[in-house]
Amino acid sequence: MSGLMAQLPALQVVVPLLGALVAALINHRAFNYWLALAASWASLAIAAGLTLQVLDGGTISYAIGGWEPPWGIEYRVDELSAFVLMLVSAVGAAAMPFARRSVAQEIEEHRQGWFYSVYLLCLAGLLGIAITGDAFNSFVFLEISSLAMYTLIALGKDRRAPVAAFQYLIMGTIGATLYVAGIGFMYLATGTLNFADLSTRIEPAMADYSRTIVTALAFLTVGVSLKLALVPLHMWLPNAYAYAPSFVTVFIAATSTKVALYLLIRLFFSVVGLELAFSALPLTDVLVVLSVVAMFAASVVAVFQTDIKRMLAYSSLAQVGYITLGIALANHSGLTGSIVHLFNHALMKAALFMVLGAVFYRTASVQLDDLGGLWRKMPLTTAAFVVAGLGLIGTPGTAGFISKWYLGVGALEVPGGWILVFLIVASSLISVVYIGRVVEAALFRPVAPALENATDPPATMMVPLLVLAAAVIWFGIDTRLNAGIASRAAAMLLGGPGS
Amino acid sequence: MTLLSTIAEHYNYVITILVMMTGLYIVIASGNLIKKLIGLSVFQTSIYLLFISPGKIIGGTPPILDPSFAVYSNPLPHVLILTAIVVGVATLALGLALAVRINEEYGSTEEAEIVRQDEQT
Repeated sequence: MSGLMAQLPALQVVVPLLGALVAALINHRAFNYWLALAASWASLAIAAGLTLQVLDGGTISYAIGGWEPPWGIEYRVDELSAFVLMLVSAVGAAAMPFARRSVAQEIEEHRQGWFYSVYLLCLAGLLGIAITGDAFNSFVFLEISSLAMYTLIALGKDRRAPVAAFQYLIMGTIGATLYVAGIGFMYLATGTLNFADLSTRIEPAMADYSRTIVTALAFLTVGVSLKLALVPLHMWLPNAYAYAPSFVTVFIAATSTKVALYLLIRLFFSVVGLELAFSALPLTDVLVVLSVVAMFAASVVAVFQTDIKRMLAYSSLAQVGYITLGIALANHSGLTGSIVHLFNHALMKAALFMVLGAVFYRTASVQLDDLGGLWRKMPLTTAAFVVAGLGLIGTPGTAGFISKWYLGVGALEVPGGWILVFLIVASSLISVVYIGRVVEAALFRPVAPALENATDPPATMMVPLLVLAAAVIWFGIDTRLNAGIASRAAAMLLGGPGS
Repeated sequence: MTLLSTIAEHYNYVITILVMMTGLYIVIASGNLIKKLIGLSVFQTSIYLLFISPGKIIGGTPPILDPSFAVYSNPLPHVLILTAIVVGVATLALGLALAVRINEEYGSTEEAEIVRQDEQT
């Protein structure tokens, strides 16, 4: 048993990756579903095992194929990786029961077997990014997950889905190519690809290659920012979320930008190191401005959307703004806020998009006008929407409040930070407007014609939805698991490069 | 003179920059989906050159230990770029597959025509 426990880092990626291969070979609709379900839950169990090991015994280093790092590829699990692994696999595990009916309805029958195969590939890629300690390996996983994601989005029923996927493919590939160019420059300057090794070699190399390293950092930052949809590099996101199948939107909205954000945090804080990252480039100024623009502009645009899926997509852009703001603050509270918001936002957005998935399952529409009187027809679904919506706004007692609290405390520690606190609160008020519009329609308007025959969805969709909504409240009150680990991760990251 | 010698000494890198910007320009400037994909491939190709160039040392041999050689070329960039080429091929294939589906839906691979049809509905 201890032998198996030692292999957990490799299994974390191998289980979904092999699952994808087996699913592709067998290509049977029902079998592939159960395989995807089993692989997702196994991933969660593995991630939980790894998290416990890390919290007990510190960072795990795993040499793939027995080739010692820094020469071989290293899988490295520390508090931050474990946190992101838990996030991705938990979303996957929670969304899978929901997937069955949603996918059966929205995806053509002969494509459903392939669908689950590609989903597992995407899961393997996302988990791989979070676990790998090798720069080039992270690029490969980034592209595995991205290519799988383009495919999943293109399977949407709307004719605009392939166009959205194509846009995403162009933007995403430019981002990944810039990222790999940045890795190339880093390799030129330091001669290593291992993250931990890079962190010790960058500082001595600065004497001779400072321009190469600063260029590398610029390429890496812009490349990853394209993937995480930092305003103004976000053009691909609203269409991709709006036209993807419901289950795909739930999954990628909760995981893909989060994993890219993880990569950004990893690069800034544990590879390049705090001093260099924030002194060589005007990162603080640029990130703070772009974050604030994202928080406001995206929220305002969200207010005017009639397609609720698209509205929540714009809201995601604003939430990415909160997370990058915490990164830009670069102090313990701010960074804790960012990391905890990765998790909390994933939870809330997964719940909100699942509500829309359930509504779409019953009515084949997510337009605001078709949601009138939702409360009378789908009471539990509406309740889940209200809870997750309150979380998104940041109401005390929900998970969203915890993130914004840490962000606010972090902002107060920098000079002039009270303006940022004011902006955080003000942008939250805009989210009251766009969430409020939906809640108003659902509670107070007469029942829309589209909803005449609607009822709460079947238990396989309802249970994951209620679990997520309950988690939004749970993690707002008992913060040991989310804020506790996030705080430890932030302390580790700020301890300096390599520690 | 100094400019010329700088260019000559960094010839591969100058070409890398040219290829990279050419590719990016095609992606941005052309309205046809297929041409965008071609631009994207050109853009990615510049990265292959960026990685491969420093891996070659003049007079260097393959890294097989032998007393008669002292200078070795680094094989790692080549291996990385083999992987990157595979990624590039997969991206191109997927992009073309999407273009085929878009063409089936809209009867066109021109961005302007797709936008026009979307606005009508």
